[in-house]
Amino acid sequence: MKRSTGAIALSVAAALALSGCAAGGGTSDTGAATATDATIEVGSLYEPQNLSNVGGGGQGVTEALTGNVYEGLFRLTDAGEVEPVLAASNTVSDDGLTYTFTLQDGVTFHSGDPLTSADVKSSIERVTAEDSQSARKSSFKTIADIQTPDDATVTITLSEPSISFIYNLSYIWVVNDAATDLKTTEDGTGPYTVGDWKRGSSLSLDRWSDYWGEQASNKEVVFNYFTDATALSNALVTNQIDVITSVQSPDQLSQFTDNPDFVVNDGNSTTKELLAFNDKVAPFDQVAVRKAVYSAIDTEKLLNSVWGDYGTLIGSMVPPTDPWYEDLTQVNPYDPALSEKLLAEAGLADGFEFTLDTPSYDPHPAVAEFLQSELAKVGITVNINTISADEWYSKVFKERNFEATLQEHVNDRDVVWYGNPDFYWGYNNPQVTEWVAEAERASSTDEQTAKLKLVNEQIAQDAASVWLYLYPQIVVASSDISGYGVNGLNSQFFVSKIVRG
Amino acid sequence: MTVYLVRRLGFLVISFAIAMVVLFLLLRVLPGDPANALLSVNATQEQIDAARAQVGADLPLFQQFTDWFGGVLSLDLGSSFISSLPVGPEIAARMSVTIPLTLLSFALALLIALPAGFIAAVRADRWYGILLSGFSQLGIAVPVFWVGMLLVNVFAVNLRWLPSGGFPRDDWANPGAALTSLALPVITIALVMSASLTRYIRSATLDVIGSDYLRSARAQGASFSGAFWRHGLRNGIVPVISILGIELATTFLGAVVVESVFTLPGLGSMLLTAIQQHDYPNIQGILLVSTLLVLVIGFLADVAQRLIDPRLRTSISGNGIR
Repeated sequence: MKRSTGAIALSVAAALALSGCAAGGGTSDTGAATATDATIEVGSLYEPQNLSNVGGGGQGVTEALTGNVYEGLFRLTDAGEVEPVLAASNTVSDDGLTYTFTLQDGVTFHSGDPLTSADVKSSIERVTAEDSQSARKSSFKTIADIQTPDDATVTITLSEPSISFIYNLSYIWVVNDAATDLKTTEDGTGPYTVGDWKRGSSLSLDRWSDYWGEQASNKEVVFNYFTDATALSNALVTNQIDVITSVQSPDQLSQFTDNPDFVVNDGNSTTKELLAFNDKVAPFDQVAVRKAVYSAIDTEKLLNSVWGDYGTLIGSMVPPTDPWYEDLTQVNPYDPALSEKLLAEAGLADGFEFTLDTPSYDPHPAVAEFLQSELAKVGITVNINTISADEWYSKVFKERNFEATLQEHVNDRDVVWYGNPDFYWGYNNPQVTEWVAEAERASSTDEQTAKLKLVNEQIAQDAASVWLYLYPQIVVASSDISGYGVNGLNSQFFVSKIVRG
Repeated sequence: MTVYLVRRLGFLVISFAIAMVVLFLLLRVLPGDPANALLSVNATQEQIDAARAQVGADLPLFQQFTDWFGGVLSLDLGSSFISSLPVGPEIAARMSVTIPLTLLSFALALLIALPAGFIAAVRADRWYGILLSGFSQLGIAVPVFWVGMLLVNVFAVNLRWLPSGGFPRDDWANPGAALTSLALPVITIALVMSASLTRYIRSATLDVIGSDYLRSARAQGASFSGAFWRHGLRNGIVPVISILGIELATTFLGAVVVESVFTLPGLGSMLLTAIQQHDYPNIQGILLVSTLLVLVIGFLADVAQRLIDPRLRTSISGNGIR
C-alpha cells in the first residue's frame, strides 16, 4: 500500500511476444536488424534502494529487475496470467500437497554457473528466511519441505493445499545460491545483466549474449530515475527518455494526448483508492452506516475530478484483471436519498461526525476534501486529519487508532485480506474468513474463483470499505518505440522486446 | 593573529561537536521508524524486530551515538540502512555534482552581482540604476524552484537548447556534457543568489560613497574613481566578505532544492531520499559533511576579513594576549 513497498505494476511485452504477438501500445512490429542495437531510455519515479527483493529495495527493484535480470520458475504476464519460465514442466499430486518441477535445460547464471535445483531451493528459502523483508513472505507459510532429488528436479511439499502456490512462485527470483552481496550486485538468469548503477540517477541493463531463451531485441536499457513528476514529463518531451513506466499525475498528460510524437496507453491497474472504515468502532460497526456513507459519495464525479477520463469505477476490492472480478458497482449506488434513509434506520437521522486520517501525498488530500463536501450533504461532518505515510503506518496500520482513513491498495488478488479479521480495517465476518480459507484450499481454480466471488459479493453487501475507484495505469511513450507492456501488474516492466523504429 | 587562529579553530571544533550531538538527537525524536521504510505494510512483528536489529535501531540511544561518534572519528560514517552501501564513498560521489554546482553558481552570481550592485549604487539616480535595484528586490522574493521550472520550460522544453535535467552517466568523463547538464541549474541558482548579493553590494557601495574618508580624499584632490579604488574598496569589502561567507553556505543549501528540480544525483537528492526512508546513517553523514563545510566557509570568511582589515586584527588578538 505504501508506494515505496507495494506493488503497482506495469508489465510488458516479453509475455506478449512469447505468446506470439508483438504489441502492447506500440505500433510497428519488430523492426529491422539495425534496431537490435538500440538503447532504450526508460523514465521512472521508482529508484531501487538496493538490488535485493528481500531487503527493502522498493517497487523499483521489481520494475527494473524482474523478468529482465532475474527470472522465476513462473511469471505473471502483462495479461495477468501465470506461465512457466524456468520450470519446463510441473506436476501436482492428487492431494494437492506435492509439487514436482523439472527445470529448463541449458540455463546458466550471469556468472556462468549452471542453474540447478539447489539454486531454486535456496532462492525460495531466501524469501522465507527469518530476516527476509519480502512482502510475499507470508504467502509461503504452507511450504513444509523442499527436496532436490537431482539437479533438474525440485519437489515441494505443502502442509495444506494452496491453490495460489504457482501464482505465488511467480514472485520468487531464481538466484545463484553461490551469490553474495545481492544488494549491490546480481546473479540471475534473465536476458540482461546489470551494467552501471549510478545511485540517484540511473540503472543500466546490458543485453546478455549467453541468455538461454530468445535474445533481447535491444542492446541496452537505461532506467532513468526522477523524483519530480514534472521533470519526468519534461524529459520525455525533450526526447531524453523514450517511455514513462507509470504516470502518476493527470496534469502531465495533456501535453502528450494530442501529440502524434507520443502514445498514451491506458492500461489496467490493480491500485484501488479506498475509504477504509475501522469496522470495529461506532458508528462504522453498523453495516447500515457504512452503506449510507458509500451511497452518499458520487464516485464517478470523484474519479473524473482526479483523473479526468482515465481510471475505472469498482464496486469491491477486485479489479477487472483478477479472475474473480464481477461488476458490483450497483450494490452501493450513488443515491443520497437512500443514504439518508439508511442513516435514519441506524438512528443517526441527524448525522454524525468522524475523523478521516488522510495521508499527505496525492491524491488523498483532494479525495478527502471531495468526501467532506459530499458527506456534508447528508449531514455527516468529516474532520480531515492529515498524516504522513509513516504516521499512517504506525497510527492506522499498527495501532488501529483511527475511525476512517484513505489509502491506496496496490496489489492484485488482495481481496483475501478481508478474510483476515486482524487486518487494520477490522472487518470480521466469519463466513468471509471461512470462504477465503476454503478458496485457498480449493482443488481447482474454478472452485477458488467461485469462493472468492462469494467473498467479493459479501464484502460489497456489507460495505466493508468504500472502494472509491481503480487507478488508471498509464504508460506514455515516444511513438518511435514499441514492444512494452501497458497493464499495471505488480510493478513489472519487461523490457526485452522493446524496439525502436 | 596566531592566537586568533587557534581560538577560531577551537570555536570551529566545539561548534562541530555540538552540531553532532544536536543532529543525532533531533533525528531520533522525529516520528517514525527506519524499519517501516524497509518493510511492507503486511510485515509481521518478527520482521519488524529483525529489521530493527539489522540496522541497530534496537540498541540504546547512547550506544548508537557512541558507535556513530567513534566511527566518525575514524572517518567511517557507517553504512546505509536501506542500500547497505558505505555512506562515505556515496557522499563523495554525490559531491562531484554538488560542489561544482555550488562553486559555479556562486562564481556566476558574483559575476552578475558585483557590477550590478556597484552600478545600482553609483548610478542610483539613473533609470538603469533604479531598474537594477528593482530587479534585485524582485529576485529576492522569487523561490528558486520556480525560477528553475521557468528556465526549463523556456530553454529545454520550448527552445531545446539545453537538457531539462539529469547528469551524464559517466560523470565528468566528458566535461562538456557535464557542464551542459549543469548549465540551467547553475543559472537558476546564480540568478536567485545574485539578487540578494546585489542588494548587499549596493548598500556597501552606498556606504563607501557617503563616507567621510572618501569625501576627505576627494577634498584633497583625488578623483572619484581614484579615491574609490584606493580607499573605498578595501573598506567596503570587509562587510561584503562576511556576507559572502554566509551566501556561499546558502548557495550550497540552495543546490539541495535545485537538484531535485533538475534530477541531479547530488547531495540534496540523496538527503531527500534518506529523510523519506529514515535512513539515519545517510542523513547523519550528509548533515555532518554539510555542517562541516558551512563551518569551514565561515571560518575562512572570518580569517579573510581580518587579513584585509588591520583594525579587526588588533582589537581581537589584543584581547587574546591580555
